[in-house]
Amino acid sequence: MCAWAAPEPGCHRQIVTLDDVSFSFGTKPVLSNLSFHIQERDFVGLIGSNGAGKTTLLQLIVGLLKPDSGRIELFGMPADRFKERDLIGYVPQRSNFNPLFPATVREVVMSGLFGRRKLFRRVTRQDTIQCEDALRTMHIEDLADKRIGELSGGQQQRVFLARALISNPQLLILDEPMAGIDAETQENFFHLIRHMHQKHNITFLMVSHDIEMMRSYLGQEPKERSGKLSFYIRHSHDIEDCEETDLLHTLRKEG
Amino acid sequence: MDLLTAEFFQRALIGGVLIAVTAPLMGLFLVLRRLAMIGDTLSHVSIAGVALGFLLGVYPVLVGLVFAIAASFGIEKLRRTYRTYAELSIAIIMSGGIALASIFFTLGMGFNLNVTSYLFGSIYTLDNTDLVVIAVVTVIVLGVVLLHRKELFLLAFDEDAAAVGGLPVRYLNIMISILTALVISAAIKIVGALLISALLTVPAACSLALSRSFRQAILIVVIVGELAVIAGLWIAGVWNLAPGGTVVLLLIVLLIVSLTARTRFRRV
Repeated sequence: MCAWAAPEPGCHRQIVTLDDVSFSFGTKPVLSNLSFHIQERDFVGLIGSNGAGKTTLLQLIVGLLKPDSGRIELFGMPADRFKERDLIGYVPQRSNFNPLFPATVREVVMSGLFGRRKLFRRVTRQDTIQCEDALRTMHIEDLADKRIGELSGGQQQRVFLARALISNPQLLILDEPMAGIDAETQENFFHLIRHMHQKHNITFLMVSHDIEMMRSYLGQEPKERSGKLSFYIRHSHDIEDCEETDLLHTLRKEG
Repeated sequence: MDLLTAEFFQRALIGGVLIAVTAPLMGLFLVLRRLAMIGDTLSHVSIAGVALGFLLGVYPVLVGLVFAIAASFGIEKLRRTYRTYAELSIAIIMSGGIALASIFFTLGMGFNLNVTSYLFGSIYTLDNTDLVVIAVVTVIVLGVVLLHRKELFLLAFDEDAAAVGGLPVRYLNIMISILTALVISAAIKIVGALLISALLTVPAACSLALSRSFRQAILIVVIVGELAVIAGLWIAGVWNLAPGGTVVLLLIVLLIVSLTARTRFRRV
């Protein structure tokens, strides 16, 4: 099951490791000497004001940016050489996409499989089944043939979550997933994420500026601070550690 | 009916039908990535290459292609430097292309007549070499797009997600630019440098108005492109109009029809 080298003792691997990482845009330092790690099954809430470097940090972790100095590892591999990209699910800021884009919900969810692993390969029947599973899990199967831009903000966010989950990732990265959604939908969405954290073998890294909602689940005080960034962390023991679960399947059973 | 049997018209039709597949297809990807004006830019740079080709006595389309590819690398480089201002790179390279072209034009005043045919297109003068070039470009573009259609979709929809998923985003971006340069160089003699951007962008605009899925979007751009080129060549031939201009005007008519159809659908 563990495709990477040497699991940590006690099976709590380090999923993300940042060691003395610095990054600046031109002459403006954004992060300086940041060291931080995320253990398997942690839920990390990353909170900071605008310009504190939240998005920059995410982009460094997923390899969209390279650090000026320091070391970043994913699943124990240097981030720039990390190839098993389907282990990472990514939910972008909703505002980043073009609402007129001609794509159906099904096409968008399916695209969660179109990473490195699928390069030069065909879409198989198995992929289609996985896509339908992801749609059902997020309760958006009725919307599958709608154009993505026609959906409400909360529905779009479920679509992006389904896209992130379709490959059964072990690390889910969410960038301000609740921006621009009404309060009730936010609450439902956060509930869904909390549920996933408690019941499934997924590690979470979520950027948000909604301090109250994060504190309600992650505790009042941040575990670590660095510059203007605060890291709230909650570890989950609710399921047997290191149990292999097919997320989509089990989520569906629980309805 | 003599028109259909005339050899020059048959050549025009073959060239037009092929380019009406590839130009709208690449145009769709460009429009979705907010790079609609790239066609204009590359064609203006390409014209500079064509002019240089005449000056040097080398096959002009080939020199145009080399210029377009160089320009597409320049655009991609500038696009990365000014990430959120993609249109800036386009404006800079476009003016550079026009500047070069104007210098080459004045250097070779005697070639003006021929150069005009590249500015406004002269589909009736396609020779065998032109047709072979267009056919090869069509095969290359269709092959690559089919091979990478999943990746191109993800790249167009969400470039960050493509990068997180481990796709070689830089390579794919350069590939799109090179394919676009190929299509433009091949199409330049058909619709002309000044009008080529219409063949890239207007079918995509129709498609954005009508399609509900990406699959439909691809079908619609090709259908719109073919309708405009085939009908446009026919009308231009019968009434003795400029073929490039007729095709572009028909494209705009199709866009108006698409927009009307959309509002109709919305009301129902």
